[in-house]
Amino acid sequence: MTTNLGAALEVVTATDPGMVRSHNEDSIAAEKEIGLVVLADGMGGYNAGEVASGIAVAMLASEVREALAGQQPDAVDESGAPRAVAMIRESAARANAAIYQAAKSQPQYAGMGTTLVAALFYDNQVAIGHIGDSRLYRLRGDDLEQITRDHSLLQEQIDSGMISKEQARYSQNKNLVTRAVGIDPEVETEIHTYDVQSGDIYLLCSDGLSDMVEDGEIQATLSMLQSNLPLAARQLVQMANDNGGRDNISVILVRVLGDYAMPKGWFARFKAWFG
Amino acid sequence: MAKLIMSLDDAVIREVPLDKERVTIGRKAHNDIQVDNLAVSGEHAVIVTILNDSFLEDLGSTNGTLVNGNPVKKHILQNNDTIEVGKYKLKYVSDPPPAGAGKPSVADFEKTMILRGPRPAAGAAAPAPGLADTQINEAPAVVPPPPPPPASRAPEKIAAVQILTGPNAGKELELTKNLTTLGKPGVQVAVITRRPHGYFITHVEGASFPVVNGKALDAQARQLNDHDVVELAGVKMEFFFKGN
Repeated sequence: MTTNLGAALEVVTATDPGMVRSHNEDSIAAEKEIGLVVLADGMGGYNAGEVASGIAVAMLASEVREALAGQQPDAVDESGAPRAVAMIRESAARANAAIYQAAKSQPQYAGMGTTLVAALFYDNQVAIGHIGDSRLYRLRGDDLEQITRDHSLLQEQIDSGMISKEQARYSQNKNLVTRAVGIDPEVETEIHTYDVQSGDIYLLCSDGLSDMVEDGEIQATLSMLQSNLPLAARQLVQMANDNGGRDNISVILVRVLGDYAMPKGWFARFKAWFG
Repeated sequence: MAKLIMSLDDAVIREVPLDKERVTIGRKAHNDIQVDNLAVSGEHAVIVTILNDSFLEDLGSTNGTLVNGNPVKKHILQNNDTIEVGKYKLKYVSDPPPAGAGKPSVADFEKTMILRGPRPAAGAAAPAPGLADTQINEAPAVVPPPPPPPASRAPEKIAAVQILTGPNAGKELELTKNLTTLGKPGVQVAVITRRPHGYFITHVEGASFPVVNGKALDAQARQLNDHDVVELAGVKMEFFFKGN
């Protein structure tokens, strides 16, 4: 039941420890054929962050892949939302349970957690789920928009009017997330679906990019280098490092090249099962 | 804990620790920092502290509040900022690292941490931060003064490109941005990136690669030197540093 996702999407990834840290605790996964990209930024002592983000990304990928083998992501379920939303929600819940259990079982993993941002492309739409302050941006035409809203203390302060976005740059309360995967027995993933247009470019990134490079620079880089996506990804990482590289930097870029509508009607779907 | 060093005409009067969520400044006696001076309003300003951030807010004072010489309404305080209220100066000093805890590094500062417990809200009593619940590594409970926010670092010298051939011959383009693309989209495009240590040219798209000083580039970035001649989409141009 491929819907030519592999041909409709161009996907590029880059991850870098940055200039300061010895370990890279970010994890990324790109499964173009099923339209899934995932990024996670781990936290915890020793290398526990790496373990947490690795579990999150691996579980999202395998759980969503398995769910897609049996269900249509665009089918609407009892809640009124496309199945894609439940696929992300359930996979993230399982990842949360796995990390939470692992954290309890080993003393060196105690308290470990991770952020998460995932995008599932299906039927000319995208379902985007996130927990924490790793972000998803969309470039449409020349406009860059931050689609996910950070689950962070700073964002809550901005939302309540206590601090302006400009002042937030100077805050020492950066990087205090209010939601993370693996810290509590249960966690709520924020998930929304959006229409997708040909030419859209989606950027998933950890705060190692968004804290080091301003949105205006991200916009200029994506806009000017979109014909060479691998170069755009390398350029974003390089800019973060040139500005100090104080954290791990991860970037996933997805460019929508064309249509990836799902076949409609029972007979069309029936035919599509056979490839 | 952060503190203010209060002085008048360069003589230090006292140190005030910012040990509660609201520290008020004004002429009236009820203020935490009472400044007995006619140029200071009864309720002049307040410093609100939320975890590691302190905000200075002018309370509509008659003569205003300055930070580093500039009038402010609301300002997030950074280490060594000097607040002026009337003739008095208040220097903001943020947390030093605790003695013996080992020198916290920049790496620790940038670590993402989960915030536990009730949200610190303006007007509520300051809660004890629950960060200790999930901190399991060597990061200190107290955050060291952060490095200033990252600013794009540009090289000292401004560079430019002058077109040598074709209809735009003679025109000059200053390279003031971090990225400047050149060429014809869909045919041949290169990008010149401005980095802290110089300018670099990289091929972006096109069947053939840009030529620098007669030699075709490969896919890697190449540093540009003064008076390098670049050929791109059939047009020759010279890269050079301006001024000196």
